[in-house]
Amino acid sequence: MNPFSSGTRLRDMIRAIRACKTAAEERGVVRKECAAIRASINENDQDYRHRNMAKLMFIHMLGYPTHFGQMECLKLIASPGFPEKRIGYLGLMLLLDERQEVLMLVTNSLKQDLNHTNQYIVGLALCALGNICSAEMARDLAPEVERLLQFRDPNIRKKAALCSIRIIKKVPDLAENFINPATSLLREKHHGVLITGVQLCTDLCKTSTEALEHIRKKCTDGLVRSLRDLANSPYSPEYDIAGITDPFLHIRLLKLLRVLGEGDADASDSMNDILAQVATKTESNKVAGNAILYECVQTIMSIEDNGGLRVLAINILGRFLSNRDNNIRYVALNMLMRAVTADAQAVQRHRATILECVKDLDASIRKRALELVYVLVNETNVKPLVKELVDYLEVSDLDFREDLTTKICSIVAKFSPEKIWYIDQMLKVLSEAGNFVKDEVWYALIVVVSNASELHGYTVRALYRAFQTSAEQETLVRVTVWCIGEYGDMLVNNIGMLDIEDPITVTESDAVDVVEIAIKRHASDLTTKAMALVALLKLSSRFPSCSERIGEIIVQFKGNLVLELQQRAIEFNSVISKHQNIRSTLVERMPVLDEATFIGRRAGSLPGAASTATAPSVSLPNGLAKPAAPLVDLLDLSSDDPVAPSSSGGDFLQDLLGVDLSPASQQSGAGQASKSGTDVLLDLLSIGSPVQSNSVDILSSNTSNKAPVSPLDDLSSLSLSSRSTSNAGPVMDLLGGISSSPPTENNGPVYPSVTAFESSSLRLTFNFTKQPGNPQTTVIQATFTNLSSNTYTDFVFQAAVPKFLQLHLDPASGNTLPATGNGSITQTLRVTNSQHGKKSLVMRIRIAYKINGKDTLEEGQISNFPRDL
Amino acid sequence: MIHFVLLISRQGKVRLTKWYSPYTQKERSKVIRELSGVILSRAPKLCNFVEWRGHKVVYKRYASLYFCMCIDDTDNELEVLEMIHHFVEILDRYFGSVCELDLIFNFHKAYYILDELLIAGELQESSKKTVARLIAAQDSLVETAKEEASSLSNIIAQATK
Repeated sequence: MNPFSSGTRLRDMIRAIRACKTAAEERGVVRKECAAIRASINENDQDYRHRNMAKLMFIHMLGYPTHFGQMECLKLIASPGFPEKRIGYLGLMLLLDERQEVLMLVTNSLKQDLNHTNQYIVGLALCALGNICSAEMARDLAPEVERLLQFRDPNIRKKAALCSIRIIKKVPDLAENFINPATSLLREKHHGVLITGVQLCTDLCKTSTEALEHIRKKCTDGLVRSLRDLANSPYSPEYDIAGITDPFLHIRLLKLLRVLGEGDADASDSMNDILAQVATKTESNKVAGNAILYECVQTIMSIEDNGGLRVLAINILGRFLSNRDNNIRYVALNMLMRAVTADAQAVQRHRATILECVKDLDASIRKRALELVYVLVNETNVKPLVKELVDYLEVSDLDFREDLTTKICSIVAKFSPEKIWYIDQMLKVLSEAGNFVKDEVWYALIVVVSNASELHGYTVRALYRAFQTSAEQETLVRVTVWCIGEYGDMLVNNIGMLDIEDPITVTESDAVDVVEIAIKRHASDLTTKAMALVALLKLSSRFPSCSERIGEIIVQFKGNLVLELQQRAIEFNSVISKHQNIRSTLVERMPVLDEATFIGRRAGSLPGAASTATAPSVSLPNGLAKPAAPLVDLLDLSSDDPVAPSSSGGDFLQDLLGVDLSPASQQSGAGQASKSGTDVLLDLLSIGSPVQSNSVDILSSNTSNKAPVSPLDDLSSLSLSSRSTSNAGPVMDLLGGISSSPPTENNGPVYPSVTAFESSSLRLTFNFTKQPGNPQTTVIQATFTNLSSNTYTDFVFQAAVPKFLQLHLDPASGNTLPATGNGSITQTLRVTNSQHGKKSLVMRIRIAYKINGKDTLEEGQISNFPRDL
Repeated sequence: MIHFVLLISRQGKVRLTKWYSPYTQKERSKVIRELSGVILSRAPKLCNFVEWRGHKVVYKRYASLYFCMCIDDTDNELEVLEMIHHFVEILDRYFGSVCELDLIFNFHKAYYILDELLIAGELQESSKKTVARLIAAQDSLVETAKEEASSLSNIIAQATK
């Protein structure tokens, strides 16, 4: 026999591992043991397989890899004896999970064991199946499990019931097979079977409405009777917990009744009496009793309305809330959260207690309570609630502040009755926890401030005061710097003084001090510094006396390592020193920011889009926005147009070109572009007539919008002049006809073709047609053109679509693509959109081909499909 | 449903893990690391529930061991607390006032007991007596098999003498 495999006993191995002083030592012992086990596995040693498996499980628990033992589990399971099977199944459940391929190999053994004459072996197999079975296994073994639901021994029936739960969770289609056997379990007296049967029915109801209807109709009365018998049952030692007979069964029955009563008045009606009895009679001095009450309250809240019962339930929660046990208070808060929708008034009564819970020592309770407060806020109580929360913010834990700040900001933004209150509260939050405030929040604050013209002076003075005490809060600094830049003169001259304010004296140089501190602070990040720089430029015009000093500060940034700051500093410096005449107009106050657009954008668009859209307008408020910004805006706006531009977002003009052309002009246009490659706008303006309407749409919608459009103006005027000599006619047509000329062609849906994908080497264009009478289906003709000088062979195009689409690919016209556009491959795709009219098409593609025998792969996503496909 | 059961010692050593929802090995060790950090650092008087990644973890400390069960957001936390106690009482009866060492050296027994209590993350038996009886019956099956095996090897040994 192998000297290793005689090895140690399990007990000795555990001792040896426990005796290890260091992790390295432990690794050594484990390595040695694993080597011995591997050797023993290789020898196919029978005698120690059992023991080796036990050792492996222990090693596994310590976190070491044990995959080499997986096959041993299968061998143990396949062996005839009970002890081997027992440890084998345990190993299977411990070392494997449902995603491992090895598991499929065990299906056959499981099937045999499910039919075994020894009921304990059947039990082992059921347990393993219930804990780790995959969908395939569930399908294969469901008939066996279904049969075992009627097995003579109750202990097998209960295991089979739980196993069925796993099966229907994995394969919901199988649910209907289990309805009848499951309902017959509900008539059992054995508690184990009853508990598992009720649980199985609950899960069945959740997966299949058919089951729900059936059980509701056939079993509701029986279940009510079972619960009544249980609640009234005399003391039975076997099931007694703290004076209550089988609280687990209580809870499961209540849970199933909840599912049955939800949305059904008759069923709800039949359970009213017993619910009232449970709610009033259950002892509430132990965990078990409270667990039942908690479940009962949930059921009362979920089933169809019965005023009296709800009052009872809310009273129970009120009692819970004043309990000294933290667990009970936690579940009360949890439950009140769900009760709010049913009876907000009743929950409001406990507001004071809930507010106390926000200040609890326990993080779990604090979190629950805060969420509850958040839903309890309304116009009438917002002021006192926010005051409490803001007061608490000062003393709260650091790790709780982020949550708390977010919630306060959101409450304040949602319910603020007046602007001055909003500004006050936000300033308090910013000065207490400004570092936790998200970007959107202070953007929003600036928008509000900019809109409240009568409060400009008040705000800038309040910020100035707050800055003196809380200069370490980044977002407070940003807002202060912005406001001083804009309204610095109001700060110094005490303009717009409100009655409630204390007068303060601030000199011009004090105001500049603030900005200088902000810009020179090491902790300030790029945004803050950039904002401070802009503020300085503005102040240089507003405070002529400090102009020189400001110039000096700006000059210091001419050598800054950050390119953005360096460039601005140089530009601003030249504005101050050389362009005195335009400076004052250049740095005029920002026009009032459009509140509605800001809110609309924030609500309507994706978070990503919102940040790109808002960032330029707020963080660089001097009108010197980077040229990219209006283009981004343009993109953003034109997404409302019938033609969605490509998601690439890189070269907008390219998109404009690519999106709107008809097949004919597409080719000529694209050809031109690739030849000249200089002025793509020329192409835009030489578009053939059928597509005018589209491109005109984009232009007109942009020009009519308030958003800055100067780049576009520039571009169009530029191209006008460049084109006017050769081709003035069409250009004038195009631009002159913006408002008046109707679309030239409008008979039925005609979709422009799109360049779906283009790389340096390949272009893919799509042409769309629809069969009349079948709007859901679009026939797409894909045309591939080779842009490189090599011939592509073995050309394969693949496409994938999300679930709401169906894709059918016809064979391609060939698999060789000649070089430099000397021919093309076409392929027809049929896409059926099940969400027609709601969602537009989207597709992910992969193109594989060989260049001189070398594999090449290109991938991309196409989302520039015309809408309404 | 219960997604997993964990037994962690006060030193953060894992004494038992049972997964009813699929987690990869990597996720498992991450979960254990995260949760032991959260749970072991909680002060004694706080509530026994921790919200974690959209689930709730109900835990209770018995002597040096923390028993943790991860449940759905909508499950009854108090009941799970009672379930943990139920499990501990069964262990206690089986081992005769159970201690951490029992669970270390007889970890497989603890698993067998858990398997009689929970399947597929749901409770299967509310009677401690029934669980004890089933475990005893299976233990005796193993004992008989062992005796048979040893008597068989004796016979073979004698025959080949």
